[in-house]
Amino acid sequence: MGWAIALHGGAGDIPLSLPPERRIPREAGLRHCLDVGIVALKAHKHPLDVVELVVRELENHPHFNAGKGSVLTTSGTVEMEACIMDGKTKKCGAVSGLSTVVNAISLARLVMEKTPHIYLGFDGAEAFAREQIDYTQPIQKEVKNDAAIADGDSQIGTVGCVAVDSEGNLATATSTGGLVNKMVGRIGDTPIIGAGTYANHLCAVSATGRGEAIIRGTVARDVAAVMEFKGLSLKEAAAYVVDQAPPGTAGLVAVSSTGEVAMPFNTTGMFRACATEDGYSEIAIWDCPSK
Amino acid sequence: MGWAIALHGGAGDIPLSLPPERRLPREAGLRHCLDVGIAALKAHKRPLDVVELVVRELGNYPHFNAGKGSVLTTSGTVEMEACIMDGKTKKCGAVSGLSTVVNAISLERLVMEKTPHIYLAFDGAEAFAREQGLEIVDPTYFITPENIERLKQAQEANRVQIDYNQPNQKEVKKDAAIADGESQNGTVGCVAVDSEGNLASATSTGGLVNKMVGRIGDTPIIGAGTYANHLCAVSATGKGEAIIRGTVARDVAAVMEFKGLSLKDAAAYAVEQVPPGNVGLVAVSSTGEVTMPFNTTGMFRACATEDGYSEIAIWDSPLK
Repeated sequence: MGWAIALHGGAGDIPLSLPPERRIPREAGLRHCLDVGIVALKAHKHPLDVVELVVRELENHPHFNAGKGSVLTTSGTVEMEACIMDGKTKKCGAVSGLSTVVNAISLARLVMEKTPHIYLGFDGAEAFAREQIDYTQPIQKEVKNDAAIADGDSQIGTVGCVAVDSEGNLATATSTGGLVNKMVGRIGDTPIIGAGTYANHLCAVSATGRGEAIIRGTVARDVAAVMEFKGLSLKEAAAYVVDQAPPGTAGLVAVSSTGEVAMPFNTTGMFRACATEDGYSEIAIWDCPSK
Repeated sequence: MGWAIALHGGAGDIPLSLPPERRLPREAGLRHCLDVGIAALKAHKRPLDVVELVVRELGNYPHFNAGKGSVLTTSGTVEMEACIMDGKTKKCGAVSGLSTVVNAISLERLVMEKTPHIYLAFDGAEAFAREQGLEIVDPTYFITPENIERLKQAQEANRVQIDYNQPNQKEVKKDAAIADGESQNGTVGCVAVDSEGNLASATSTGGLVNKMVGRIGDTPIIGAGTYANHLCAVSATGKGEAIIRGTVARDVAAVMEFKGLSLKDAAAYAVEQVPPGNVGLVAVSSTGEVTMPFNTTGMFRACATEDGYSEIAIWDSPLK
């Protein structure tokens, strides 16, 4: 056993021909955020703090679909959503429909810690944000012309992080701008506990891909359920669940209470990175680690 | 095998001393809605149509916390949410934050059938409802004097509360069973299966009294308050936050599938995992079984199966 961390910057139809000017900044982003997470775990920060920190870094990175760099709704607006969950207590927080909050994941954490609720959306969420410390700044709209997103149905983007410390405390966090050209008010899998985000005493999971398929497949919950009720290992459970989702729709990162890591996906690629206390680390987009 | 249907009008700290003027209309409502569902199943309507129909009926009853009669947010407004799911296809629809749409459950059926999405909320959901020509009313339509009073009481006590408290009897709030202001009851739901094993689930609610504006509960969360697959259909009710954490509706089906438990055992298991006083559910299986467990004081519920069995109950003993 030991600590472990995994993070993603989105699964989807990431073309193998992705040009360097689009690939390299994302790899650099993954590397940077992985380092931030490793440093925090080595400093014995609680996994809940680690995943929030890493997701904030990912949100601030304009090349990932979360925070700055979020994709736009059909009206050209930004509506961000995020979710955080603590495996030990199963406390969680989720937000949707944010357009002015710089770090949605931190607002989700505040919902979890400062309200009797789990999930706040839209105007109510923004009002709550304004009441808290200064979380809001006007967000500049980032128009994404990425050819990889030409297929309006696939979602490349969403960022997430899962972490476990050497005592087996687990946490997960996910954040996204959602689906390009989505209807105003559309909520995806990210803030849905059990779909895009889930943690309990066995594992922590953050999923990405086609939101509607992840919701139907209750992907994040199923990884833990299959471990618990069928006795599968983390790797087997995660692979099983991804196989249940229609091809091309899902990827996830997961860690177990015993420090294992799994990062399966049934899409062309998934921007991802992981590290374990024994020194292993990996950064990858397609099937071969791009170490 | 044969068809089966179960419906609920909310689980929670329903006081055993609930006076007749509050109990009888709800029993009548359950009986009426059960009859509507039975007639539809006998007429070979699809379970998806049956659950939508029954939940619409339940939503039109001001005594249940959905549609007209929805409890109020801390700002005195109504924010309704609902969810529907088809077990065979696992297609689903969900909406949150509605204040002008008369039948939330029909809106999310349209989200499911007419959009590439599952879940629409707040302004976007209301805009879609208008485009689809659904019945839109002024928000005051949904607000009842009882719920204004409940909100006032909750705000005086400065906590969120269940909606079955009697507004003009403050001593009821000192009842140990209701003293925990965190509990929620009220939500309506229906699950149904036809003789071919097609399953569907639908749930609808006004949410939690005195909730923060924008608060979303378990009802529209697939896998929490609502779920259906090829094995069973589930609709849960109770404290929304506990149901979300417990992924209650999904867990019933997961435990059947991965542990091989029967519907009754799986549902009992899922309810037991949630802290006492927080949850109830109705569920049917593809083989026509029904179960309605709860760990609260009571749950307004009713069920019927093709072999002629039927039940209407609030606490542990069926009222028949």
